[in-house]
Amino acid sequence: MKARVYVTLKKSVFDPQGKTIHDALRSMGYSSVADVRQGKFFEVALEGVTPEAGLKAVEEIAAKVLANPVIESYRVEVE
Amino acid sequence: MRVGVVVFPGSNCDHDTYHVLKHVCGSEARFVWHKDSDLRGLDAVVLPGGFAYGDYLRTGAIARFSPVMRGVVEFARRGQPVIGICNGFQVLQEAGLLPGAMLRNRSVKFLSQPVHVRVERTDTPLTAGLAAGTLLTMPIAHGEGNFYLPAGELQRLEDEGQVVFRYTEKDGRLADDANPNGSANAIAGVCNRARNVVALMPHPERAAEPELGCADGRRLFEALTRSLVAA
Repeated sequence: MKARVYVTLKKSVFDPQGKTIHDALRSMGYSSVADVRQGKFFEVALEGVTPEAGLKAVEEIAAKVLANPVIESYRVEVE
Repeated sequence: MRVGVVVFPGSNCDHDTYHVLKHVCGSEARFVWHKDSDLRGLDAVVLPGGFAYGDYLRTGAIARFSPVMRGVVEFARRGQPVIGICNGFQVLQEAGLLPGAMLRNRSVKFLSQPVHVRVERTDTPLTAGLAAGTLLTMPIAHGEGNFYLPAGELQRLEDEGQVVFRYTEKDGRLADDANPNGSANAIAGVCNRARNVVALMPHPERAAEPELGCADGRRLFEALTRSLVAA
């Protein structure tokens, strides 16, 4: 079983890296780019668990380790 | 008076901190390996600067799960002094012992430069005996020092008097130019509500002897030493 975890800064949190990328894209002429937010992407492979237990474990890992709840939010997808 | 200096894989200010505590301030200092969670016999613990566990994932994010942190959390709960410097600050935030989180510097650059900070509170083990408003010059060296808390919690932090150091101009005035990394309310250091866990982003151990160009940082280590003797 594989899970994907997307971690991004919360919308209310300023993202200096995303802003820098956005500025660069604008200066390259991509004037239609309205905003860029940078985040992290994790692929987590699990073995010997039911899909329910696997999802529960990854949700827990995302909340406890992969994201910092003060500044980041996360989304989990499983396949 | 025994002070433990935690050594994580990737700590790089551990020896400087040990040196200042032991040879400059005359305290009894010893290193505490990150796999050792037994802090018995220590009167204070310092989490030094560096890049614990390579700062992989987030600064301090892996370090907080190392065995020594179980001991540090316990130590802090007992009300004993825990000090964080730079990366040590970030580890303490990740561990939930201090509020907030560090974003990338607003310039998106690693900053290595002297800064001026104003001592806002003198009721912590790191600032005891200093006058409120004391100005100190110390270097910073970080990529993620942009202190963040959501607005409501930031106000609570201010109301509770938990802001211990603020970036200022040389004369102590607040100014956006004097805030090197974009920290909310120019916050350079905070403490917990119980006031025994204190951390700052600047490096007092790198400015603790005249030979290094500035000895202001020594005053913080002396304050710590004094407060331990008094306790």
